[in-house]
This record gives sequence, C-alpha cells and structure tokens, in this order.
Amino acid sequence: MSGHESTYEPKTGIEKWLDSRLPIIRLAHDSFVDFPTPKNLNYWYTFGGILAICLAVQIITGVVLAMHYTADIDQAFGSVERIMRDVPYGWLIRNIHMVGASMFFLAVYVHMFRGLYYGSYKAPREVLWLLGCIIYLLMMATAFLGYMLPWGQMSLHGANVIINLFGAIPLVGEPIQSWLMGGPSVGNQTLQRFFSLHYLLPFMIAGVVILHIWALHVPGNNNPTGVEVQDVEKDTVPFHPYYTVKDGFAIVVFLIIFAVFVFYAPNVLGHADNYIEANPLVTPAHIVPEWYLLPFYAILRAITFNIGPMDAKLLGVIAMFGAIAVLFLLPWLDTSKVKSMRYRPVAKQFFFGFVIACLLLGWCGASNPDNAIIPMGSDKLVVSYTDSAGLEGQRTFEDYAPAAQFRDEQVTAGGVASLAIQKAPAFTFKHLSQILTAYYFAFFLLILPVLGLRERPKGEPDSIHLSILGHDAPAAAPAE
Amino acid sequence: MSDSNTAAPEQIDEERRDFVHIAAIAATAGGAGLVVYPFIDQMNAAGDTRAASSLEVDISKIPMGGEIRVLIGGKPFFLRHRTPEEVASAANTDISKLPDPETDEERLVAQLDGTYNPAILVTSGACTHLGCVPVGPAQGSVGDYGGWYCPCHGSHYDTSGRIRKGPAPTNLPVPDYEWVSPTLVKISL
Repeated sequence: MSGHESTYEPKTGIEKWLDSRLPIIRLAHDSFVDFPTPKNLNYWYTFGGILAICLAVQIITGVVLAMHYTADIDQAFGSVERIMRDVPYGWLIRNIHMVGASMFFLAVYVHMFRGLYYGSYKAPREVLWLLGCIIYLLMMATAFLGYMLPWGQMSLHGANVIINLFGAIPLVGEPIQSWLMGGPSVGNQTLQRFFSLHYLLPFMIAGVVILHIWALHVPGNNNPTGVEVQDVEKDTVPFHPYYTVKDGFAIVVFLIIFAVFVFYAPNVLGHADNYIEANPLVTPAHIVPEWYLLPFYAILRAITFNIGPMDAKLLGVIAMFGAIAVLFLLPWLDTSKVKSMRYRPVAKQFFFGFVIACLLLGWCGASNPDNAIIPMGSDKLVVSYTDSAGLEGQRTFEDYAPAAQFRDEQVTAGGVASLAIQKAPAFTFKHLSQILTAYYFAFFLLILPVLGLRERPKGEPDSIHLSILGHDAPAAAPAE
Repeated sequence: MSDSNTAAPEQIDEERRDFVHIAAIAATAGGAGLVVYPFIDQMNAAGDTRAASSLEVDISKIPMGGEIRVLIGGKPFFLRHRTPEEVASAANTDISKLPDPETDEERLVAQLDGTYNPAILVTSGACTHLGCVPVGPAQGSVGDYGGWYCPCHGSHYDTSGRIRKGPAPTNLPVPDYEWVSPTLVKISL
C-alpha cells in the first residue's frame, strides 16, 4: 500500500550498491514479499495470480510456436500440421497454447465476477477496474487474431464475419472493412497482419498488467467484506508466505485441470471445422466463435429488429460493443456505498441472476437462433396444390400419411401438388437471447444505479479483524 | 485446524517443516525440469527435417574432370569425377608432410563388391576453416594443388580434398555415404 513504509534492508554489499542505484529488489520485496494483504482473502482472490501464470504460459508457448509457424495462406495450415506431427513436442506446445486460451478466459471470467460481487471496482479502485477492462478487450482481440492463424474453415469464415461487423458502421464502415482486410477479402495480406498483431498484443497486455498491479498496490487489495484496511497490524498479513502459498496452491489445482484438458481433451473446446483447410467458396454449416465469446455473439444476434433509421445489423453491432463498453462505466453506474454483496441482500440476487444470464447467453450463442426451446403446438404439414381444373389451394395435415395420400391423389388426378413443413410457433433461442440481452443491460443501466439508492444493506463489520473473529454486525449474513 | 489454533508457536516441529520444504522444492524442481525439456527439445531437428537428411546421387552423370554439387538439408557436398592424373597425384602424395595426414584410399568408401572406385571422390563442400564453400573446376580455380580453393581466407585443397596450404585445420570431411549400385551413391547427414 502507498502509505506502507518499505521494510527492505539490503544485507550484502552488492545489494546495498544496487539499492542506491536501481532499487529493484526493494520494489520486488515491497510488492510481493512484505506487501500488507487483508488476512481474509478467499480462493476467489487467487485468480489474479492464476491469470499472471496464464499470460506467461501463452507468451512462452506462443513464442515457441512462432518459430515453426508460417504466416502464408498456402503454408499456414500445413505448418500447423507440421507442428502437430513433426516438431519435437510440437503437439504438446500447441495443445497448451490452444487450451491455454480457454483457461485464460475461464480464469478472467471468474476474476471479473469476483470483482463484481465484492465491489472491487468502487472507489478507490476505479482505475484498477478500467485497466482490467482494457486487458479483457486486448485479450479478446488477441484470441480472435490467433484463431485465424491455423487458416482452417472457422479461422477464415470467423474472421470474415467479425470484420463484416465493421461494415455495419454508417458511411465509414466499408472503407474500414477493406482497410482491416487490406484488400477486397480476407486473404494473405490479412493473415500476415493478424499474425504480426497477434504477436504484439500479448506484450501490450503484459504492459497493462504491470499498470494493473500498480493500481492495485496503491489502495491495496479489496477483500470479501469490502471494508478497507484500518489497522495494518490487525487486518493484514504479509503477502509472503501467506498469499504466495495460497496462490501457489490454487495455481497447482488450476494447472491440474489445465493439464487434464491438454492431455485428454485438447480439442473439446474447439471446432472440428477448423481442421479443414480454409476454403473461401464454402462456409461451414454452423459458424460460431470460441466459447468465451459466445455471450457477445448471442447479444449480436438477439437484435433482429430495426429502430428508426438504424437497421438490425447496426443495432446488433452497437449492442455487442455496448455490452463491453458498459463494463467501463460500471464504477459510476453502481451507486451503492456498500462494496461487498455479502451485505447487499437484494443486489446479491440480481448478481446471481446476472451470472446465470451470461451463462445462458453463451448457450444461446452456441445454438441456432431459430431452434425451439419450448415448442407451442406441433409442426404441421401443408400440401399446396393446383388441381386438374386449375384451382389452387392449400390443405393442412397433422400426420404424414394422409398428407402424402392427398398429394398423391392430386397428382394422379392430373394436378400438381407439393408437401412442406409448417413450423409451429415456439419460444426460440432468439427470444431467450432477447430477454437475456435486456437483462444484461438492465443490470448495469437500471438495477445497479437504482438499487444502490433504494436497497437497505445489512450492517458491515467494523473491521476485517473483527469480521474474522465472528464479530460481524448484528444483522450479519451467515457464513458463505 | 483445532490443533494449530491451540499449539503455541514455540512447539513448531522444525524437522517436519524442513521435510515439507525440501519435498515441495524437490517436486517443483522435478516438475519444472519436465516442463522445460519439451521447450528445449522443440528446437531440435523436426521429423520431416530428419527424414530429408539423405540423398541418392547418380555419379554416371559427372563429366571427367568435373564435379557436381548437391545440397542435403541445406549443406553442400562435392562429388568429383577425377582424371587419372588427379587420382595419381592424390595417391602419390607424401602424407607425412600434410597438416592432416590421410591417404587417398582412406578417404574413399568401398563399393558393394569391396573394390574402390578412385575416380569418384565424395567430400563435404564446407571449408573446415569457417564454413565457406570452396571454388572448384567449374568456377575456374582449383588452387595450387589442383583440388579446391577457398576464396574466403585462402585455403588450398588437393585432388583428394586434403588441406595443403592456408588456415583450414583439417581435410574436407568425407561424409557418411555408401554405394547403392556401381553408379549410385547415397549420402547421409
């Protein structure tokens, strides 16, 4: 914490010499050894450390893969296959990189929901939250760019769809689109710039991570009570060994899950279509992004109606980017003085609703929007016919046999007849994603601003120290 | 948990702690080693690179007095069809005065029937000094001893590819090769 005095004492001559020139050991000591950390952090707080590991894993494996990868549309797919088959341990390193992207997002979502639940975005940590949002944006950009590199079917057509989103912007959309692609379509020049940027962005993430940690270490960690540290002696413990060990244990457990995916199910989170080399003439039957982008994809597709001069395509793009942009406004949208939702009984329920909405949006994003979730009535069969006298008509049937019989009768009588399915009205994925999208935005723009003013929070504990001893305020919640 | 709450700090069992520390560090070091190994090994030659590390060359196409140069895995090799005079001069050299004494026959490989074909000399095409590719008959210079001349730092090789003058320390190495038929040699890296 900023007010905390450095306890580093250089012992050897070399350390003293270095300390008066570049106090880097002092910085490390004050940041990661004797940094006063609230003593009540639970395992949800270990995901920051886990994410640092994820970034390091992605950069190391990525640098190695770049040694063997060729960014050329004629060779990219083959070079990835060569990595999988011929490069010593290439299969392992690529699987780690591929699964690592998913694990990175898994961890970042837990990290973000944790920040949301315990109010870690509120004063004095707004900048910390904003930097986190920037990291998240950079992560999504990096993942999207990287997904294009194997030059499989999903790579090409996914990139095509995402770049087409920019085409929805009025006036400048199409010039931006062709500027991004560097030509009339996603081609070799696009692959080369995507590779260059995919290599660059992780280092930008690393830079913002340093700022993120800096912004964390000025006010110090938030904690599950949301009550600020008042007495460093009573409320905190040194980061080392208490949280190095706790984070270390969580990292080990996380890496075990990571390893299970790498060794037993490396492709379970991907798409088989991406093992077919890109073909600009054939789009895969079901084009979806990677799982971690599905909720935003569902929001994009939920908007199927025009509002005034804005068409559905533009509105969908606005909604999708708005869903991310609203995160940046969160510190000023939540009006509650109480940080932790432990002491916000109503907000807590809306929060869990929000988590479920995000998961369901992911489900919607993975599904065909026209598929029924709850059918209302059953599908019918319609026979359209022109009889021998030239009269046109339609008849509806419940079952196939009589419908086919009617059709055949018309044909044998010298008329023309055809049979088609008439879908029953249903509650589809499109409807569900519209409801969930509405809730997503309402949570940020309506519920958090209004609830903060109207909700009666339970009493917070007077200090972290007292909350640990069980001296929560009288109305305290049962242990979580 | 109840034990640790009641135990006084003085009762810490240092031996147990040491064991836990040593076990944890040992497990971490072992795991780190297992992780590091693939990341080092990946820079070794890949399967397809290793598969492309031999070549069969038809020596019947080499004109007498000339040579052909082949690349195997990017490395140059010379296959020279020596004239009877060049063979004789290579065989009759007093090797005791050479920087890297080797007879001409030691630098040949027996054919399938056990005899030698001294007309064909197979050597590496990289100067043993710093790896430049020496010039030969086709480039218009064969050096002072009729073999090859390295233009980088002036090494002269004779018609057996042995170093005679200049900074190169050893003869042009004879690669690992075998006679597949009387007109075909297979060179391996």
